Amino acid sequence: MDRRVVVTGMGWITPLGHDIDSVWRRMLSGECAIGLTTLFDASTFPTTFSAEVRDFSLAKFLGPDAARHQAASRNTHFALAAAAQAWSLAGLDRAIALDPTMVGIYLGGGEGPLHFEPFVEAAVHGCRNDAGERTPLNTVRWAQKAREIFDATHQLEQEQNLACGHLAVQYNAQGPSFNTLTACAASTQAIGEATHRIRHGEADVMITGGAHTMIHPLGVTGFNRLTALSTRNDDFTTASRPFDRTRDGFVLGEGAGILILEELEHARARGAKPLAEVVGFGSTADAFRITDIHEDGRGAVAAMRAALNSAGLTPADIDYISAHGTGTEENDKIETLAIKKVFGDRAKHVAISSVKSMIGHLIAAAGAVELITCVLAIRDGILPPTINYANPDPNCDLDYVPNQARKAAVRTCLSNSFGFGGQNDALIVTRFEG
Amino acid sequence: MASRRVVVTGLGVASPVGLGIESFWDALIQKRCGLRPIESFDASGVLPSVGGELPPFQLSDFIPKAYRKSAKVMSRDITIAVICAYHAVRDAKLNTRCMVERGEATGTATVDGARFGANIGAGLVSADLDELAGALATATNEDGAFSLERWGREGMNNLTPLWLLKFLPNMLACHVTIVHDAQGPSNTITCGEASSHLAIGEAFRTIVRGDADVCVCGGGESRVNPTAFAHQYLHPFINPDAGGAPERSVRPFSASRSGMLLSEGGGLIILESLEHARSRGARVYAELVGFGAATNTTSWDQPDPAGRAVALALKKAIRNAGSSLDRIDLAVPFAYGTIEHDASEMNGWNQALGDRLNKIPALTTRGTMGVGGAGSGAMDFGAMVMALYNNTLPPSLNTEDPDPACRFRFVQNDPIDAPIREALTLGYSMFGGQCAALLVRRFEESF
Repeated sequence: MDRRVVVTGMGWITPLGHDIDSVWRRMLSGECAIGLTTLFDASTFPTTFSAEVRDFSLAKFLGPDAARHQAASRNTHFALAAAAQAWSLAGLDRAIALDPTMVGIYLGGGEGPLHFEPFVEAAVHGCRNDAGERTPLNTVRWAQKAREIFDATHQLEQEQNLACGHLAVQYNAQGPSFNTLTACAASTQAIGEATHRIRHGEADVMITGGAHTMIHPLGVTGFNRLTALSTRNDDFTTASRPFDRTRDGFVLGEGAGILILEELEHARARGAKPLAEVVGFGSTADAFRITDIHEDGRGAVAAMRAALNSAGLTPADIDYISAHGTGTEENDKIETLAIKKVFGDRAKHVAISSVKSMIGHLIAAAGAVELITCVLAIRDGILPPTINYANPDPNCDLDYVPNQARKAAVRTCLSNSFGFGGQNDALIVTRFEG
Repeated sequence: MASRRVVVTGLGVASPVGLGIESFWDALIQKRCGLRPIESFDASGVLPSVGGELPPFQLSDFIPKAYRKSAKVMSRDITIAVICAYHAVRDAKLNTRCMVERGEATGTATVDGARFGANIGAGLVSADLDELAGALATATNEDGAFSLERWGREGMNNLTPLWLLKFLPNMLACHVTIVHDAQGPSNTITCGEASSHLAIGEAFRTIVRGDADVCVCGGGESRVNPTAFAHQYLHPFINPDAGGAPERSVRPFSASRSGMLLSEGGGLIILESLEHARSRGARVYAELVGFGAATNTTSWDQPDPAGRAVALALKKAIRNAGSSLDRIDLAVPFAYGTIEHDASEMNGWNQALGDRLNKIPALTTRGTMGVGGAGSGAMDFGAMVMALYNNTLPPSLNTEDPDPACRFRFVQNDPIDAPIREALTLGYSMFGGQCAALLVRRFEESF
């Protein structure tokens, strides 16, 4: 008999706050977390704003344990804080009979931010001669400076698998540990693959989700050069406009979303309350272009269908779609088209929203945070809105739950995540029914 | 659900001792070493000057003509993956889109794209330092100091618009899936040196549960660049005395071992459901039967002296395969060549295999090519499968002087004949705690 996988804990660190219920309330009232970027001076960048995590303190979540993780990077701190919430909500801090070899980790964790100041100092030094004149890069000069000022710990903490490493130590998770980095689809992928680890019997408990920040000079540079970010500097609080005709790109956010997945009988045996059940997952590649989504939404369609098939469900069973909904011209148009292809006549009748309108795009962490909103929608019977929606786009003509949260009977949700290069992942969660 | 059998039908390698599995294997048999003074950059006197670089190549030999324009958005890591993928599908005689478009296969592609997945391990892809440093250096004030204000206003425009796409780790898989039209389940594992083993394990599970019929899996990375060298140099694990005789410098599990060296390369493996392999008459190298993963929870930056996670991963793979110690005839450890890591790994293998280790041979490629990062494990996997398929064990360089605690019986001097029923390999990340083991079995039609 198949092992069923339920969500027994969840936690997040988002630009709208640091705990499940207060962030959820703010989402339901349509609040926006976007402000001028303060993590570095972005005043002359094409995009001067972002959705930052503010007033964050690791010690608030980890107490004295925070000290040993102090040198970890910002994204790892987010992961630890979100995991602490999830672990506690799952009641695992009180579990006595946990087999550590059956506790695993599967994150969609981003790289730690580059330690920018020493990096540019070495770069500038390497591109000048002793007389101070600009030259092509001299690697000897660069390396001399790099050895003098680069910090070993900082470098180490940039590695993408280090958040997993910190979580493993913190929670004594001796089971399988993976980090996937399929760009913006990473944490959706991680949750799907973590589900398989439990189904296959390789773990009873998985700590999964994602953490990322790209709100740093080279991150914003990279996305600005791609012209992927909104540049609505004069009206940044409404800059994230998924599915609106005037959308002009996504807004960078940062944070983490962590879920505890657990095999149903394991959860039952310790009296844990399932918050939802993970029933479907699909992963595909566009195999089309590095720079563009396939114009027919080929990969997105295949991922949603694969998720439905794996769940044994049909489009009629889906009550709500948490869209990838980035607010770029291309994504929102093609995601809409893909939903229509999969859902047919039902597409007009299924509610769709993008919480990126409020918290921006958390990149690798986006999918996990969005899946948590699906679990909350199931729990509370209410759908979060897509804010900043004012101008209908003929290419985006579905029900995006515009501007106002909406009460709805929600049993089953589909959550989409699509990454640069044509990575497509879709998850399905449903109300837990014994 | 009936369990599907998974077989290895193609091996693609890009290594410092050769491109393609045949030249790689020949080099191992002939004891050639890929570690030498590096040529791609000069930081002599400041950074280590020895490493393992790929032999020269033309990227156009590995991609369709129409894809050549994409070369400008490929970092070295992506290029490695693209080379490996070409060699893997060619070795497997899979008629993918690439092979058809290149005229190396006739007719149409014979792989159903929707059933063709990719699980590719990647590292922390280093930015091209010439390009990035050069651009950053344009944004300075009159006093010569970097100015973020100038960078935001104009400096960043010195980077090509697609700059970011060269360094996203999933771009290895994206280019490979585009070139070969692999539209199935697609994943990028970023767990340092454990990435290849984890990616192959993930692909194995994907085929077993029926989500794909064919997967290209493994990993690739280049650590031969100033950034990676500088970063690695900050840690105490680089071999400090490598300058003298590079081919003698990495001495895994030796009493005199003194550290690792960096290299570049990768391996991509074609895994296939047995049914699919049979239907197209594919040559089967071996059957993949076991995967196990575990994590060191004592530290994220130091090995566990007891090697407990190593032991647990090995035991899980053996259990997953339904195997037993007396069937395992070859051990392929990760073998960094540092004092601490090899001591830890040794203890883990001892716990898991016990006396069996004294009775069977072992193989490591680390003395041949150092540590390439995310791709190293897949190269090891390729060497292991070739050994099993050919009943031949190549020598493992620089293992003549074993640590007294070492129970691995590496081959010295000449290759030996060795009938191998099952072989076991381990990969683990230097930082982050991930350990993963894979077990392959000699292929028998009926089992």
